[in-house]
Amino acid sequence: MITIHSLTKTYTGNTVLNIENLEIQKGNSFGLVGNNGAGKTTLFSTLLDLIQPTTGYIESMGIKVNESEDWKAITSAFIDETFLIGYLTAEEYFYFIGELRGQNKADVDTLLAEFEDFFHGEILGQKKYLRDLSKGNQKKVGIIAALIGNPEVIILDEPFANLDPTTQIRLKKIIKELSVNPEVTVLVSSHDLMHVTEVCERIVVLDKGEVVKDLATSEATLKELEEHFNK
Amino acid sequence: MIKHFITLQWKSFWRSASLTSGLFMKLFMGFWALWLAFVSAIGGVAVFKLLKDELNLDPLETVNRFLIYWLVFDLIFRYALQKMPIINIKPLLLLPFKKKKIVSFAFGKTALSFFNVIHAFFFIPFSVVLIQNDYPVIHVLLWNVGLIAIIYSTNFLNIILNKKDNLIFIIGGVLAIFAGLHYFGYFDVTLYTGPFFQALYEVPMFILIPIAILIVLLVISFRSFVRDLYLDAGLVTKSKEIKTENLDWLDRFGKTATFLKNDIKLIKRNKRARSTVLVSFLFLFYGLLFFTGAIESYDKPIWKMFAAIFVTGGFLLSFGQFVPSWDSSYYPLMMSQNIRYKEYLSSKWWLMVIATLIATVLASGYLYFGWDVYLAIIVAAIYNIGVNSHVVLWAGAYVKTPIDLTSNKKAFGDKQAFNTKTLLLSLPKMALPMGLYAIGHYTYGPYAGYALVTIVGFAGFAFKDAVFSKIESIYRTEKYKTIAAYKQKN
Repeated sequence: MITIHSLTKTYTGNTVLNIENLEIQKGNSFGLVGNNGAGKTTLFSTLLDLIQPTTGYIESMGIKVNESEDWKAITSAFIDETFLIGYLTAEEYFYFIGELRGQNKADVDTLLAEFEDFFHGEILGQKKYLRDLSKGNQKKVGIIAALIGNPEVIILDEPFANLDPTTQIRLKKIIKELSVNPEVTVLVSSHDLMHVTEVCERIVVLDKGEVVKDLATSEATLKELEEHFNK
Repeated sequence: MIKHFITLQWKSFWRSASLTSGLFMKLFMGFWALWLAFVSAIGGVAVFKLLKDELNLDPLETVNRFLIYWLVFDLIFRYALQKMPIINIKPLLLLPFKKKKIVSFAFGKTALSFFNVIHAFFFIPFSVVLIQNDYPVIHVLLWNVGLIAIIYSTNFLNIILNKKDNLIFIIGGVLAIFAGLHYFGYFDVTLYTGPFFQALYEVPMFILIPIAILIVLLVISFRSFVRDLYLDAGLVTKSKEIKTENLDWLDRFGKTATFLKNDIKLIKRNKRARSTVLVSFLFLFYGLLFFTGAIESYDKPIWKMFAAIFVTGGFLLSFGQFVPSWDSSYYPLMMSQNIRYKEYLSSKWWLMVIATLIATVLASGYLYFGWDVYLAIIVAAIYNIGVNSHVVLWAGAYVKTPIDLTSNKKAFGDKQAFNTKTLLLSLPKMALPMGLYAIGHYTYGPYAGYALVTIVGFAGFAFKDAVFSKIESIYRTEKYKTIAAYKQKN
């Protein structure tokens, strides 16, 4: 379970995040939507202890993320290209992450084999450094690397952006399969309302750093979201 | 239009993240530039007197003779130091500017560059003295015009050379051969180039040659720049086919190996890191200035220690000062991954230790100057491994300058990590071993000096864990600031 306790983040008098209380149940697939500047990436970065909250704190599986570092063993994330090491090939990068997360080469290879169709033959054995891959292919690498080592909390910031349609559909399948596992909590943000409603059991709408809607996904959710953003 | 470009430049300077350290560095460099200009001006006057009164040579003719070497050094310096006239071009491409305008502005910027202006500080005083000594004004002026054309030719030649990776080595090699032949008296290239520069002075029509060369080079570089203003031409980052590497043999280093493998790839695959290795290789030869007695004021015994620290510690000093900035482009990954700082740090530490050991072995060439010299080098290596490796990592923890691994141009100075903390921490790196040696040397003799430095070096090992935990806590407290600073590129 991830619990947010009266969390605020203020930059020179400008509050970008202000969440009184939010609980995300273990095993949930959680979607975050909101316009630019709503605070999605800030929230995820705070959850990863990359940004220090002004007040309040986040607890992930009972661990205060800004005090202990034990959450690192059970959490993985792909936020942006700063999570990739540009001068490695995709394989080298996967093995590196694997080693950090206590997985040997065989473990990583088994995992990668599952995602062969997701890679669409454009990732493995490419003889290219990650920095020379296209934006979409970089994203594929980052997303799959976030699945290495059986993490309990997976954070993906706008995973659908930059992906081609085929890969988007495959990614939706992957996220749905992940959320079947009661041990795994998936947090996803997106600008595509259709995608989030499809893969997430619960959707929270952020606006200017505050939670303005908190919905359990149902048939009506997409419509409700569209109406909200059409105001 | 030009006004827009200038405001863009102005803003990019004042709004850059590393402004404070950048500004300090700029002031520092500005000071050196002024000093260099001053020395050149004095030199311009003094050279005339020296050549005429002391050596009884014709000053102009002698200067002309050696002018070719002046120009060659100028070209090499430019290649190493002068930044290419690249303003942030991509966003400008779609705006309603003529492409030629963008290139003109970029070229105009290089025209005012320090590397062009500095020559004037030498040649103008020199020319004034020439005129005072009854050299005909018109001819001196024409000679100056010719020189200006030649200097701007090297400016544009440098621009062209910079785009071709290997050309400079070919040219450098040819020139080195000429210099060698000259030195050993086989073939004197200045006998052929000297008259050419002399002709600039004597035959007015001759200045058309350098002007023609200048125009040709200007047109070539201008055209190639305009042609390259496409995303898939000059603005593209080249990629070549590469292989996945295992480096499994490093696994014997245990947990540290994970990072060590990465660091080796970092050094092999990134221009900026490779040039650091090159620099540290050059440091190997730094000792020649001291141990050969080439420079008199360096003959004092404590300078031996100074030189030996640099000879063995070139890599340690140049690479170590930028830990963790080497990993700046993926720092958020490192900070959210399951990483023990100790393992991360000890990988960098091992790298520096290995490099120092290699340097010590390579420096065995200094045995030629006697056992005593090599002993100093071994002692310095122990001090480097025992003390400096820790100090360097410690100082690095305060550095928040992101490193663009793929670009080479900033390797020298300009946005160096320069703040008071790192400056203070650099004291024990040089001054402490020199001081220790001096104490031993002047009380009991050179061996006592070596012993003292060695003891402190070994004592440094004892503090490894303490220093590592100190660095860890710096990393922790500075973490958020560091992440924010690394986010801002350029």
